[in-house]
Amino acid sequence: MSGANRIAGAGRLTPARSLRFSFDGELYTGLEGDTLASALLANGVHLMGRSFKYHRPRGVLGAGSEEPNALMSIERDRSRRQPNVRATVQEVFEGMSAVSQNRWPSLAFDVGAVNNVLSPLFAAGFYYKTFMWPKRAWEKLYEPVIRGTAGLGVAPDESDTDHYSNRYTHCDVLVLGGGVCGLSAALAAAQSGASVMLCDEQAQFGGALAFETGIRVHNEDGFAWAAQTAQKLSAMDNVRILNRTTAFGYYAQNFVGLVERVTDHLADPDPALPRERLWQVRAKKVIIATGAIERPMVFANNDRPGIMLSSAARTYLNHYGVAVGTKVGVYTANDSAYEAAFDLKRQGVAVETIVDTRDAPGEGLLSTAADLGLEVLTGQSVTDTKGARRVSAMVVRPNGGGAARTIPVDALIMSAGWTPSVHMFSQSRGKVAFDASTQRFLPGDYVQDCVSVGACNGTDDMPAAIEEALAAGSNAARATGSKRSPKTKVSCEGAGNWSGGMSGAAAGAGPDTTVKAFIDFQNDVTAKDIRLAVREGMHSIEHVKRFTTNGMASDQGKTSNMHGLAIAAEALDREMPQVGLTTFRAPYTPVTFGSIVNHARGKLFDPTRRTPMHYWEEEHGAVFEDVGQWKRAWYYPRVGEDMHAAVNRECRTVREVAGLFDASTLGKIEVVGPDAARFLDLIYTNGWTKLKPGRCKYGIMLREDGFIYDDGVVARLAEDRFHVTTTTGGAPRVLNHMEDYLQTEFPDLDVWLTSTSEQWAVIAVQGPKAREIIAPLVEDIDLSGEAMPHMSAREGKICGVPTRLFRVSFTGEAGFEINVPADHGRAVWEAVWAQAEPLGACAYGTEAMHVLRAEKGFIIVGQDTDGTVTPDDAGLNWAIAKSKPDFVGIRGMKRPDLVAEGRKQLVGLKTRNPMTVLEEGAQIVADPNEAVPMTMLGHVTSSYWSENCGCSIAMALVANGRARRGETLYVPMPDRTIEVEVTGTVFFDEEGERVNG
Amino acid sequence: MADRNTALRAAPLDGRLVRSAHVEIVPADVASRIVLRARPEAIAPLSRALGVKLPEEPKTSAKAKASRLAGRIALWIGPDEWLVVDPNGADLMALCSKVKKLHSAVDVSHRNTAILVAGEAAQSVISAGCPQDLSPNIFPVGACSRTVLGKAEIVLVREDAHVFRVECWRSFSDYVFAFLADAARDAVI
Amino acid sequence: MLLIHCPYCKEDRPELEFSHAGEAHIVRPTNIAAIDDTAFEEMFFLRDNPKGLVYERWRHIHGCGRFFNAVRDTVSDRFLTTYKAGEPKPDPVRLSKGADVAKKGAAK
Repeated sequence: MSGANRIAGAGRLTPARSLRFSFDGELYTGLEGDTLASALLANGVHLMGRSFKYHRPRGVLGAGSEEPNALMSIERDRSRRQPNVRATVQEVFEGMSAVSQNRWPSLAFDVGAVNNVLSPLFAAGFYYKTFMWPKRAWEKLYEPVIRGTAGLGVAPDESDTDHYSNRYTHCDVLVLGGGVCGLSAALAAAQSGASVMLCDEQAQFGGALAFETGIRVHNEDGFAWAAQTAQKLSAMDNVRILNRTTAFGYYAQNFVGLVERVTDHLADPDPALPRERLWQVRAKKVIIATGAIERPMVFANNDRPGIMLSSAARTYLNHYGVAVGTKVGVYTANDSAYEAAFDLKRQGVAVETIVDTRDAPGEGLLSTAADLGLEVLTGQSVTDTKGARRVSAMVVRPNGGGAARTIPVDALIMSAGWTPSVHMFSQSRGKVAFDASTQRFLPGDYVQDCVSVGACNGTDDMPAAIEEALAAGSNAARATGSKRSPKTKVSCEGAGNWSGGMSGAAAGAGPDTTVKAFIDFQNDVTAKDIRLAVREGMHSIEHVKRFTTNGMASDQGKTSNMHGLAIAAEALDREMPQVGLTTFRAPYTPVTFGSIVNHARGKLFDPTRRTPMHYWEEEHGAVFEDVGQWKRAWYYPRVGEDMHAAVNRECRTVREVAGLFDASTLGKIEVVGPDAARFLDLIYTNGWTKLKPGRCKYGIMLREDGFIYDDGVVARLAEDRFHVTTTTGGAPRVLNHMEDYLQTEFPDLDVWLTSTSEQWAVIAVQGPKAREIIAPLVEDIDLSGEAMPHMSAREGKICGVPTRLFRVSFTGEAGFEINVPADHGRAVWEAVWAQAEPLGACAYGTEAMHVLRAEKGFIIVGQDTDGTVTPDDAGLNWAIAKSKPDFVGIRGMKRPDLVAEGRKQLVGLKTRNPMTVLEEGAQIVADPNEAVPMTMLGHVTSSYWSENCGCSIAMALVANGRARRGETLYVPMPDRTIEVEVTGTVFFDEEGERVNG
Repeated sequence: MADRNTALRAAPLDGRLVRSAHVEIVPADVASRIVLRARPEAIAPLSRALGVKLPEEPKTSAKAKASRLAGRIALWIGPDEWLVVDPNGADLMALCSKVKKLHSAVDVSHRNTAILVAGEAAQSVISAGCPQDLSPNIFPVGACSRTVLGKAEIVLVREDAHVFRVECWRSFSDYVFAFLADAARDAVI
Repeated sequence: MLLIHCPYCKEDRPELEFSHAGEAHIVRPTNIAAIDDTAFEEMFFLRDNPKGLVYERWRHIHGCGRFFNAVRDTVSDRFLTTYKAGEPKPDPVRLSKGADVAKKGAAK
């Protein structure tokens, strides 16, 4: 038996298909198709959670995604634990484990419930006031305690083992909501030939037809019609129909985010399936058919387990075959609750009394009630309830005053009316408009190409709503280019009336009372809290919302917004539209991080770029460092070597023999056209027109503000062809910078730019034996110092493949950079290595490269410069062509601040103790005894141990630095002060003779 | 060990393959490629030299007509930019060098690599990371575009109803292939 | 994610293919080396950041690679038009009228 409260013959589930699940460790039996909520109710479990602030016992309020109370943690294993799942949406599966939240140590006995007793301390806005003093206590006491108790649910503590998928998709017509209107609209659009997507958050299509069993569509059961229509739509080639799929966000230009829950309902999901699939939909037209959400009545202690919306009770009965109680009370301001009472009674459930706060219910209801033997108390209100972990009685009073009557009940169902679900419309930036006659907000001005139909549009009458939906469907199809116009017809009868009702506090919970009448169950906001907010000066609903948290968080005010607004309006003595309505924000219901991240996890979090020689380097023991997305060989430790030893050996070997370095990541841009040199003249500070083909030059590029942007060696291959190199990190932005000037400032130049960064693998061979190493492999190029001096470039062949061979050096040694087409990179590297290794050369990594260039005082843009360094600051004035009339930065670098005295200039630093290595980033002062805060002269930009110099070396930006050469300065550290001497930036081979080999 | 006289060519995705019921993802064969930039007056002579009419409409490509040039394609990338791909290793740079009208040709044979995605789920797999509308009426056979796939830039060509060519830069190919493989785990069509 | 009409590709394309490139119609003086500090400050540093219509540059960086200009309303985040670099600045009066019409047309 799947629960004592299951009524034989009621509902649509199959009694034979039972399954077991656990809730807080207890085993229960449910039926296939049950939600967790329906299965627990079938087993008589009403207590499903504790409230957020007061830890009050709570049961289900609803039967769908509007549920504010029954939030559970669904746990498959430690890595797959999902908090804050609505029990009313989660389907049960065999072996499922659900755990309640927000309680300790157990749901039935919760220590936090003391907050309920202390509730006067926790009134709206309490944390703004209570935790102000003493100020110091915030960090040590208040924040840790609040953080410990705040939050809903517990996040998983292991990496998620599920996978998630994304699909961008486009359609003519997207229909949000698969109730009778959504299905009708989709059918009309699809039969007109439009491409259609239809989604619904429930497992089955039909929406309110799940409980509105009186409705017949095309002369058959409405819910059966919905299932058939969904089946018909899914068989059409131009339709994609998605159940268990929530439209959670409506963004600009009809861009709608849907999340499809693919496996959350399965006991043993196929690991091939993604857990969730994110659909990022761009629709030409959107039809919003999101229906309406029933409101609770606002009265004292309206939050006890067993008190729920009348539509929820009806859903549990008519769809799941579950009676929500054995003695059910009804409290309403609206006709639709009567239908629930009648259905319960007809299924043999004792319905104690219908309390209707109105004097005159809708036509025919009283006689039907009488026929069924139901007592109706009109003009009366429920003013309180009794019970601890479940409601045990309701207290009823006539509205005009009089004796209270206590009626024992074990469930109380209620309806204050229906709120059109304008969340999606509002998210689309549409402006809601207040309809005074029905006292509700409806879609007003549209901003995007969408239309609302049915209950969410305030169309209460179902046949009229269906007509509206059919018209919207065929209009949308026509507007998106469909030519066919078939007459899609959907007829219906037997629908109940959902209009009318009330918003705000009911009798007995008015301004003169201090009772706890909840409006926002999830955030524990009462009518009293709203009034307090108004008294404290919050006169805009946006302020009231933030002060009270009404309608915030994952709930987004689905059941509470209208009540909060009505109470605020009453307290302010204004009309509701004058107080305003808060914005409905995405997501409509919580969305998992997994579905947002989808494919971008692990290896796919970000591209990892590897050079053609990467795996050789890996095989030869390289340790890699991340440089942007690139993996670069950092150093190559041999057995017994730490990083320091390896780098020292590499640095020594390069200067004594030679080294091989993978420079493939350098950015490369091919600049081609008759105006190529003129263009480079404008982009670089240097002059290019006189550079002869076959020669290279070091260039500096500025931004318009006069600061250094990038640098690199440029080779002229022909009159109209340059091979430009950029820094590794600068490659994309430098190309963008050049394109920007070429396309928008200098569009008349005949020149084009093409990225060739990845066309060429680059093998730097540096050191005294560089020429000897490569000579046997090179054809067609004379490598002698006379034929191919420093800063020259030749095209020829190496190892039988084309090469662009540059005689350049970033180490100060004689050296070559061999460019070969990337797919040949590894083979050529191996051939070069075969020559180099017997001579005692080594492979060296980026760390040694950094040390070697620092020994020579070569800057690294981005390390020794930071976007505020001019060529003069960096000692690079020699690279500025004085005679050019224009280049980018020519004016910026003459700005007063950039030519002022006392700017920070790049200098060398040597520590007084040569063994001491400074920390990069350390500050430099003149007087180490000055009181804090000291006058800081600058900072260390690069610092290394130099094995070749036998001492530490550093570069620094120091105010007026060049004039301080020989001065002693200080670097204060936490534990000591380091004495340094200001030097030039070249520490090794100051005469620069070694490059000539 | 490489022969010093003929350095072997090693394409970045050699040996990779994904095959499922609905899609197959394989590296394309090595090819020669150039990026061609030209003023309008050079389009006709370049087309003649290459044996393929350089397309002038956005998002279109053209195939070489002559059977001896089978497989050579010219892809519209921008208003003065084409990517020309020849799967038979032709020297495209040499062909262009004969054209005197103003243009720029740059060899990118090794910069790019390509992946073929084929099968009834091919469009769906690419839609996992490409935000463009790839429906056959919007992105028909022969359509091509530079665009994005996840966090990488690609050039996408629809070679057939269910066959796409995905061109990307060499060092992004590992990411692009892995992305397509991950997308192919989800069999939605 | 916005859709942006690329005037070179002649098609609406997803925002992911584009990058923003600052205010449009700022002319770099041909005699830039000769302008005074105030003129340089005006040209390089000062931007309007208005509420309402902005003229801005975009680059179809992951598409055709072209820089182009756009008129966007910062209140509605709606693009009123896009046009090729070098084309004249569109008349704002004519554009905002067009926007009103578009808005009415969007409603049912």
